[in-house]
Amino acid sequence: MITLSINGKNTKVDADPNTPLLWVLRDHLQLTGTKYGCGMAQCGACTVHLDGRAVRSCQTPVSTASGKQVTTIEGLAETALGKSVQAAWQEVDVPQCGYCQSGQIMAATALLKDNPHPSDAEISAAMDGILCRCGTYNRIRAAIQKVAKHPLLAEQSGGAK
Amino acid sequence: MNKQMENLLKEITPKNPARRKFIKDSAALMGGLVIGFYLPIKGGRVYAADAPPKPVYPPNAFIRIAADDSITIVVNKSEMGQGVYTSLPMLIAEELEADWSRISVESAPVAAVYNHTSFPMQMTGGSTSITSTWEQMRRVGASGRMLLIRAAAQQWNVPESECHAENSQVIHASGKKLSYGKLADAAAKLPLPDNVTLKLPKDFKIIGKATKRLDTPAKINGTAQFGLDVYLPGMLTVLIARSPVFGGKVKSFDATEARKVAGVQGVYQVPTGIAVAASGFWPAKTARDLLEIEWEEGPGAALSTAQMRAEFLELAKTPGAVARKDGDTVQGFKKAHKTVSAEYEIPYLAHATMEPLNVVVDLKPDHCSIWTGTQMQTMDAMMAAKIAGLKPEQVEIHTTFLGGGFGRRANPLSDFVGEAVQVAMAVAQPVKVVWTREDDMRGGYYRPMWADHIEAGIAKDGKPLAWKHTLVGQSIIADTAFAGFMIQNGIDVTSVEGAATLPYVIPNLQVELHSPKNEVPVQWWRSVGHSHTAFVVETMIDELAHLTGKDPVAYRLGILPAASRYRGVLQLAADKAGWGKKKLAAGHAYGVAVHKSFDSYVAEIADVSLENGKVRVHRVVAAVDCGMVINPDGVSQQIESGIVYGLSAALHGAITLEKGRVVQSNFHDYTPLRFSEMPQVEVHIVASAEAPTGIGEPGVPPIAPAVANALFKLSGKRVRRMPFDKETFV
Repeated sequence: MITLSINGKNTKVDADPNTPLLWVLRDHLQLTGTKYGCGMAQCGACTVHLDGRAVRSCQTPVSTASGKQVTTIEGLAETALGKSVQAAWQEVDVPQCGYCQSGQIMAATALLKDNPHPSDAEISAAMDGILCRCGTYNRIRAAIQKVAKHPLLAEQSGGAK
Repeated sequence: MNKQMENLLKEITPKNPARRKFIKDSAALMGGLVIGFYLPIKGGRVYAADAPPKPVYPPNAFIRIAADDSITIVVNKSEMGQGVYTSLPMLIAEELEADWSRISVESAPVAAVYNHTSFPMQMTGGSTSITSTWEQMRRVGASGRMLLIRAAAQQWNVPESECHAENSQVIHASGKKLSYGKLADAAAKLPLPDNVTLKLPKDFKIIGKATKRLDTPAKINGTAQFGLDVYLPGMLTVLIARSPVFGGKVKSFDATEARKVAGVQGVYQVPTGIAVAASGFWPAKTARDLLEIEWEEGPGAALSTAQMRAEFLELAKTPGAVARKDGDTVQGFKKAHKTVSAEYEIPYLAHATMEPLNVVVDLKPDHCSIWTGTQMQTMDAMMAAKIAGLKPEQVEIHTTFLGGGFGRRANPLSDFVGEAVQVAMAVAQPVKVVWTREDDMRGGYYRPMWADHIEAGIAKDGKPLAWKHTLVGQSIIADTAFAGFMIQNGIDVTSVEGAATLPYVIPNLQVELHSPKNEVPVQWWRSVGHSHTAFVVETMIDELAHLTGKDPVAYRLGILPAASRYRGVLQLAADKAGWGKKKLAAGHAYGVAVHKSFDSYVAEIADVSLENGKVRVHRVVAAVDCGMVINPDGVSQQIESGIVYGLSAALHGAITLEKGRVVQSNFHDYTPLRFSEMPQVEVHIVASAEAPTGIGEPGVPPIAPAVANALFKLSGKRVRRMPFDKETFV
């Protein structure tokens, strides 16, 4: 049994230690907001936070997540920043098919946590690993810039619904 | 294709094509999924495309009003990003006079009432969701409004003419009000109104206003359910080892090692390969990698795209089936002042939806429930019924959100659904069949590879005098149930759309087609034939402009018919981009292209530079005329989306084969456009009172030629091959 702390809650899972965190989240815990896209850290759809840092859960063995704080899209609204990012996404109306958006939002939140006022180039660098086939990149940039300008966006707009 | 699928295909392939000759020629040339169709499955209902069932508009199939005034709209189109879960409810809410803030959406089950309005099947494609429901959904909403007014008038014992509806309430002249929630029960008991009056556009409150998507909240908090997110009690995850060569079959296999993996429940031979069923994705994948399989590869093992390219280019020099013939090209070329000819090479493309294919099936002796993101519910249900030995009405399809569709989830052979039902029969337990990215990338049903040849001649005044275009590429329609009406006189209409329908005034014009066959499965890919014909036609027109020393925008305006709607978008894009006026940054150039697809007109102007020989697109100014607009923000989203999809293909996209094997496997070698490559995009909409036309696809075709034309200005090199990242520029 492996003990995990996910979105602030301790959970025990019975999984092979080499199983990627992605499949433990999805198949064992039915936390399905984290998506499978490529299985080789090429698309970023599986991005979650490990102790606040963005990682690709498809390339993170579940054993290395043990003892660390895992945050998924389902737990993102627990922080003021996470709420603000979601509120910005709502205001800009970013998603189309929506499949990549959990990964986009997790990556953007990790960026803004470390760097509350990223430049255009810093946004591009941080977001370059998360693919979107629908073409929402410009709206993602606009949403990130919105949070950079108004870090308390969620409180102002009443939070993401 | 397995035997059962082949048999089904034979059965549903029409015996008497004349009976369901396509609805209208103009519609046929729209391409995509514009089809008439009938379903003569044994015991099923038979529809003829020329005699579709009489349309009915029971509002309660689409609208449910609860006592608390909340309104659920049942949407019969699949939401794959194009915004139908917002735009279709907007049409209903407008006429229903509904409170927009209380609207939520549910996906429709499979039923005749949810069929496409042009043909008797439930499907989403061909950029037809708005065009086909624009009147239907408004009638649905208006019927609902009339019933609610009638119910209120009866309750108050007043004439209906003294009542009106507003913001989910019926209001009497005296000022008394009843909310829809209080009237819903009584309204539901009333017969449908005979005559439905629709609002005039000037009275629209919702249609035409930029409206936030109803699916955004679920898509930003992780709760939106895609097919891959469906979990049933007792469900096993199944991965399938499929033939590495198209058309290959299992000769023998050894699953000894695979069965030893913890969590593996069973290994089964199914028509498409060897299926491993396990407690989750990871054990299924681990076990699948341990399978030892010997394949009977068949003729597909000899395929190589390099060889096919050479063969296609040779074919392009020979006469093909004539798709269009105006005047006399032989005489035209004799009289031409100057001529130019060119060859074009365009690769296979995978759809590469972000969500790989997947299907959940719960098969019982008398019932089959399927959860998947599909664009083709009726055909999928029929295929499932056929395979499982059930009646179509015993099959239930739950359409989840689609993590991208782009045409892949509209398979005319129901490939992924049919296969999953085969698996469910073998496993005898609820199953989720998951395709890995590699499975998805190598699984075929690609946009066909093309080789084109164009010869063009201009008169002394620079205007085109003769044009001969020969296209070589597989038919996506041949050998499908659609062949009877989408292949006309030997021409697959989707192969030549945009080429046989080019808008320019050219007195001597001939378009010919070769449709070679091979084992590579091909299918519609966002914008279908236009995805390649716009590139070929619009780069050649640019070449002619250059040959005559004319400005490319002015040249096009000079050879477009006077009343053409192409002119409006071309002029608007040029004005907004400052074409010929704006001073671009050093090392930048503009390129332009204009194209009509799915009855919408789009012009795109790309601001391009070369950075150390690498193509860089900085900004795209797009102008679109799609008739009356339902949701302007939705139109902008779709044009932005089309540009990214088209640019991914133009710059990087290619599926190639060596020794019958697909070379590419994942996003490291089949690379969609990334964040840092994204140009700024401006979308300008031509104001129009015309009926709405398609928007999901028309943004795609013009971007590749616009960029190629800019590259010519920058480098002096004509780019006639895709993708552009294979070219060297100095």
